[in-house]
Amino acid sequence: MASGYNAKEEDGHRAGAAGPGESASRSRKPDNTAFKQQRLPAWQPILTAGTVLPAFFIIGLIFIPIGIGLYVTSNNIREFEIDYTGTDPSSPCYNCSQTYSWNSTTLCTCTLTFSLNQPFEGNVFMYYGLSNFYQNHRRYVKSRDDSQLNGDLSSLKSPSKECEPYHTNEKPIAPCGAIANSMFNDTLELFYIDPNETRTPIPLMKKGIAWWTDKHVKFRNPGGSNANLTAVFQGTTKPVNWRKPVYELDSDPENNGFINEDLIVWMRTAALPTFRKLYRIIQKKNNMTPTLPRGNYTLEVTYNYPVHSFEGRKRMILSTISWMGGKNPFLGIAYMTVGSICFVLGVVLLFIHHKYGNRNNSSDIPS
Amino acid sequence: MRDCECVRDCMCSCAGEENWVDSRTVYIGHKVPPPGTEAYIPQRYPDNRIVSSKYTFWNFIPKNLFEQFRRIANFYFLIIFLVQLIIDTPTSPITSGLPLFFVITVTAIKQGYEDWLRHKADNAINQCPVHVVQHGKVVRKQSRKLQVGDVVLVKEDETFPCDLILLSTSRDDGTCFVTTASLDGESSHKTYYAVQDTKAFNTEEEVDTIQATIECEQPQPDLYKRSSTFSDVPLGSENLLLRGATLKNTEYIYAVAIYTGMETKMALNYQSKSQKRSAVEKSMNAYLIVYLCILISKALINTVFKYVWQADPNRDEPWYNQKTETERQRHILIRAFTDFLAFMVLFNYIIPVSMYVTVEMQKFLGSYFISWDDEMFDEELGEGALVNTSDLNEELGQVEYVFTDKTGTLTENNMEFIECCVDGHVYVPHAICNGQIMSGASSIDMIDSSPSAEGKEHEELFFRALCLCHTVQVKEEETVDGIKRGIHQGKATSFYISSSPDEVALVEGMKRLGFTYLRLKDNHMEILNREDEIERFELLEVLNFDSVRRRMSVIVRSNSGELYLFCKGADSSIFPRVISGKVDQVRARVEHNAVEGLRTLCVAYKRLSREEYEQVCHLLSSAKLALQDRDKKLAEAYDVIERDFILLGATAVEDRLQDKAADTIESLHKAGMKVWVLTGDKMETAAATCYASKLFRRNTQILELTTKRTEEQSLHDVLFDLSRTVLRQHGSMTRDTFSGLSSDFQDYGLIIDGATLSAVMKPAQEGSGTGGNYKEIFLEICRNCSAVLCCRMAPLQKAQIVKLIKASKEHPITLAIGDGANDVSMILEAHVGIGIMGKEGRQAARNSDYAIPKFKHLKKMLLVHGHYYYIRISELVQYFFYKNVCFIFPQFLYQFFCGFSQQPLYDTAYLTLYNISFTSLPILLYSLIEQHINMDILKRDPSLYRDIAKNSLLQWPIFVYWTFLGVFDAVVFFFGAFFLFDNTTFTSNGQMFGNWTFGTLVFTVLVFTVTLKLALDTHYWTWINHFVIWGSLLFYVIFSLLWGGIIWPFLNYQRMYYVFMQMLASGPAWLSIILLIMVSLLPDVVKKVLCRALWPTTTERIQTKRQCLTTEQSTIFMLSQTSSSISF
Repeated sequence: MASGYNAKEEDGHRAGAAGPGESASRSRKPDNTAFKQQRLPAWQPILTAGTVLPAFFIIGLIFIPIGIGLYVTSNNIREFEIDYTGTDPSSPCYNCSQTYSWNSTTLCTCTLTFSLNQPFEGNVFMYYGLSNFYQNHRRYVKSRDDSQLNGDLSSLKSPSKECEPYHTNEKPIAPCGAIANSMFNDTLELFYIDPNETRTPIPLMKKGIAWWTDKHVKFRNPGGSNANLTAVFQGTTKPVNWRKPVYELDSDPENNGFINEDLIVWMRTAALPTFRKLYRIIQKKNNMTPTLPRGNYTLEVTYNYPVHSFEGRKRMILSTISWMGGKNPFLGIAYMTVGSICFVLGVVLLFIHHKYGNRNNSSDIPS
Repeated sequence: MRDCECVRDCMCSCAGEENWVDSRTVYIGHKVPPPGTEAYIPQRYPDNRIVSSKYTFWNFIPKNLFEQFRRIANFYFLIIFLVQLIIDTPTSPITSGLPLFFVITVTAIKQGYEDWLRHKADNAINQCPVHVVQHGKVVRKQSRKLQVGDVVLVKEDETFPCDLILLSTSRDDGTCFVTTASLDGESSHKTYYAVQDTKAFNTEEEVDTIQATIECEQPQPDLYKRSSTFSDVPLGSENLLLRGATLKNTEYIYAVAIYTGMETKMALNYQSKSQKRSAVEKSMNAYLIVYLCILISKALINTVFKYVWQADPNRDEPWYNQKTETERQRHILIRAFTDFLAFMVLFNYIIPVSMYVTVEMQKFLGSYFISWDDEMFDEELGEGALVNTSDLNEELGQVEYVFTDKTGTLTENNMEFIECCVDGHVYVPHAICNGQIMSGASSIDMIDSSPSAEGKEHEELFFRALCLCHTVQVKEEETVDGIKRGIHQGKATSFYISSSPDEVALVEGMKRLGFTYLRLKDNHMEILNREDEIERFELLEVLNFDSVRRRMSVIVRSNSGELYLFCKGADSSIFPRVISGKVDQVRARVEHNAVEGLRTLCVAYKRLSREEYEQVCHLLSSAKLALQDRDKKLAEAYDVIERDFILLGATAVEDRLQDKAADTIESLHKAGMKVWVLTGDKMETAAATCYASKLFRRNTQILELTTKRTEEQSLHDVLFDLSRTVLRQHGSMTRDTFSGLSSDFQDYGLIIDGATLSAVMKPAQEGSGTGGNYKEIFLEICRNCSAVLCCRMAPLQKAQIVKLIKASKEHPITLAIGDGANDVSMILEAHVGIGIMGKEGRQAARNSDYAIPKFKHLKKMLLVHGHYYYIRISELVQYFFYKNVCFIFPQFLYQFFCGFSQQPLYDTAYLTLYNISFTSLPILLYSLIEQHINMDILKRDPSLYRDIAKNSLLQWPIFVYWTFLGVFDAVVFFFGAFFLFDNTTFTSNGQMFGNWTFGTLVFTVLVFTVTLKLALDTHYWTWINHFVIWGSLLFYVIFSLLWGGIIWPFLNYQRMYYVFMQMLASGPAWLSIILLIMVSLLPDVVKKVLCRALWPTTTERIQTKRQCLTTEQSTIFMLSQTSSSISF
């Protein structure tokens, strides 16, 4: 239809002029290439019981050991978790959780004691966990300004509209948005209690908790790394819920302002409403002594972060890490299950192949 | 010349006042009648500008956009896009805007380019110079300025600029030769005649003096119908030169324009045909509706859940996630509605834009394989298969009923004169080579070897009749250098041309029997008789052949002044009109020949007295003069004239079966198709052809439903009888007949003729209660017959039958194949129309959906191409829905874990590119080159076609299976990632991943799974498949690395920065990706293997068998294959 009749007219002329001569037939004869004749050489695999059988057995034989390996590894990981929300009246943090208000000037602290039954070897990672906290809510996720966090000076003074309603508070807020505004601000401190009742503070490393690329590329302080942060942030105001401005987050200039690792960790929004975030790292001392020996510990919490209103929970988690990350029995179990299923299916298929395979091959194909 | 007034008067009396507006009056050379004679209202005609283009420079954008958004799918995406622009939605408008923009732009560019080409062609045509006679001089004008009434001078080899009435030519006899190759593909030269009154005016001065009017009908698209009058002389199609035809063998002509520009027959004919839609497309639309419902219900469910969940204000607006003031103030209903729309937008990818694009591309590109096919190329014609529409490729794999024409389709339409029979004496032409006439030595009763004087006279009359009663032209051989084409007298250099091959065969047969038709000159036909004398007959009238009358006649005047009417036609139309002659002997011979499968014609004559002739002339001219119902009146006149004949004899012409016609029909039968032959031939001839072509086999029980039987019994009884016979058989049959056509079970063939058919088809009369359900009984009988032969069919009846079957309760897919103009109606009516590039012109091929050179090509067309296209497109459709379920369902599940906040799971780039680039090419390539079984096996084993009958791959159970597979996979992706992510660390440095890593993990598993699922379905791995499948996976990885590797300056968010790389740096992520891909693919593999092992289809059995063979054929075969693939 599209060609219209003009094209046809041409055809007609050509046919009329040349007639069914050789030249016309040559030109119209389709090329005899393998592609045009749909005869490209091809591999033609078919999924039959016979061909799939070995694959199933192999998958089974590979997956089950991997699963077992993963499971064992996961079981060797030490993990300790303590809830310090303080919903229960008997909990030490009950008072703090009840009397909380944003504008109180006095800090509420509470102390929890716990004991580790097994020593934690190697680097120990300290996490805080929140539950029922929807960091993945759409309004929340988009409420940030990445170019402001990347040190863009114009965005610093006029943050993105996405930050509403945490956009300006008379002056532009830095860092703007709901995510930054709700940054986790409990302080957790860990003490080891010797058998002779002396409290030894455990050194907590603040660095290395955020992605290297985040800390060095994605997040940047405005005005370069050597600028005076107080001056740079002049003309902006702190987020509403923060106690101190962003340039006072830490005394270490490498960990202050937008490149404060606690901030960076918080800014990476979690996928699910129950999540944990890396808080501190306890580095191993030497190979001889475990990082966290068996025994009693106290956790000192400076309780700043309210979760009561939305029925959230707060936890502190201590975990060692293997090559496959933290404790995760699911992966190992899943591998073992899938491996076994494949194996069983292999057996079933073997049976089917023997019983029906021959029948199919011998049966006559109607012709 | 004649005065216009009297013409007008005459016209009024003929046409009648009320029909006046239906005709137009053309004044030749714009010579308006003198004022005052009658109120002259000049009619306005369009100029001769041809506008085939749709757009102009100014209206292109709005008009094209309007056209495009009229498509429901495009409109849907536009709405989604607008919603995204207006309200705050989870994904940026780019995600749906970009693909839509892409699609629209590409389509617009394509259409714009095509339109530009049309503009260019239009301009070339509209500006090409034409010679117009004005005030006695020839003036050059641009073609587009030509107006109705202009007198045009056309020279040899020029194309007519508009529809013209031929006034005069350079030839003395007022004829000119024309080829209409560009109109209907017939390259033979046709003769056209100048109007008698003006044929002497052949200089421009003389032409300028003509004063006359032409009355003609308002334009109508029928190419072969035209009635008009010149002054009071009736004009026929032989006076009308159509635009687009080319003048040949004539130096120049003068003609007057009567239809110009868009009113020419050609322009009217190029209006688009009605669109046919394939069964696959219908299924696709049904699926779309299902998915639309799913989409809406998903959005509704989520909206409802959202508001239930948000009832607690601490969830709706916790302290860390406050709303803005404007959001708070919005009315709840508005909020709910915008939420609903936002969910719609979030899930809208479930109906992908790209599917339409891919399907269109698949059809368009795929159809090239048909025209490229070497096996469907015919050396003789120098042409391969032709694809006129690519919308129906897959319908070729679904055909259940094949309606085929006989002559030219099943048979060669290459007629050979076999014998003739005069009064019972049989003459066989090849015997004459020896110098003597040999009578047929067969069973025919010969009265005596030397015919009596009367017999002798009859014999000569018979031969003369055949030499005169035809419309054959003598074409002179063109000299090689083409300088001058003189009329050669030598027999060797001239040959016969006719639109009917029968006539050529007859005239050539006569030549072999001693009577040579030389030419038509000055209305005299010249015959070289046995004594090498030239006899001249004046041709007075030709009563042309038509398929309703099934006969033609000529009236000639011999040298001696005697008037003869010769008539030849089908026996059924001649015998009733015969009053004397040896009817019985001839009839016996005709029947004998018909059984042999020969085409028979009877010849009769009558002598006309002068008075009778004048009467005839009067009848004819009054009928020809009629403007309205001319055809009907002509038919009536013919009926009166053609009667009281004296029978002369009969001829037999053989039409050989086409090469491999029998094999093709057998294959079609085995493929489960019912083959119906619809022919205009007589029953015996047709039946013989049917036996020869294996439509009926020796063991086929023939059921007859013919006039002969219905004369004995009432139609009612016959029908019930037959249905009882058929149903008894059917009842005793076991179910397993489906598995193949076993030789022992009785199959039926039905023969029905046109007359009985029209009785069956007659709508129920009010009085009788039984009349209405004849159709049903008839269909019931037909359904149980493997072959049906309908003979003595009028062209319209062919279409009626197709329509009847189409409308029966199973709604089977029908295919009509034919080569002639009389098959066009059924070709247009059937689901798939196939034209054969035959000898009877190009009409059928032009109106068809596909055109093939020979009937045997139908086998490959259906069994191979049709099968492949069906397999391909059904996988394409199912897979597209599947992959989008996999894509969108995790997002739906994610809403339950993000507070129903419409948070997308995947990044915008992934949302946009998933359908456009990550998963688009593998399926497109699959749908172009997949071959589940080798071509040769498909051809060898037609029963494989049954495996895909009745749209079997797009049935609801299969659709549901695919959808559930999609949902299952989506659940695996989402909850797999969910449990792996739940509260644990993925990295060996203790750092945590965020929501974008979660989405990327799901997305990676998704892309790999859907691509590998396709890989599992691919049976034909060429290097292209490898390239595209592994290539698109690689592309995904590279794209992700790049997308996350840079801080993109133009984006206002950097959420994907290093997400993909961090994920790849983690061991458990790798392990879980592998695991999840395995788990999602597992059920499908198991299902495939189990089905193949336990309930294999024929297709699968053959695949398995083939594989066994290949493995047995050990390494040599493998080696050769690998070497060939390496060398490629």
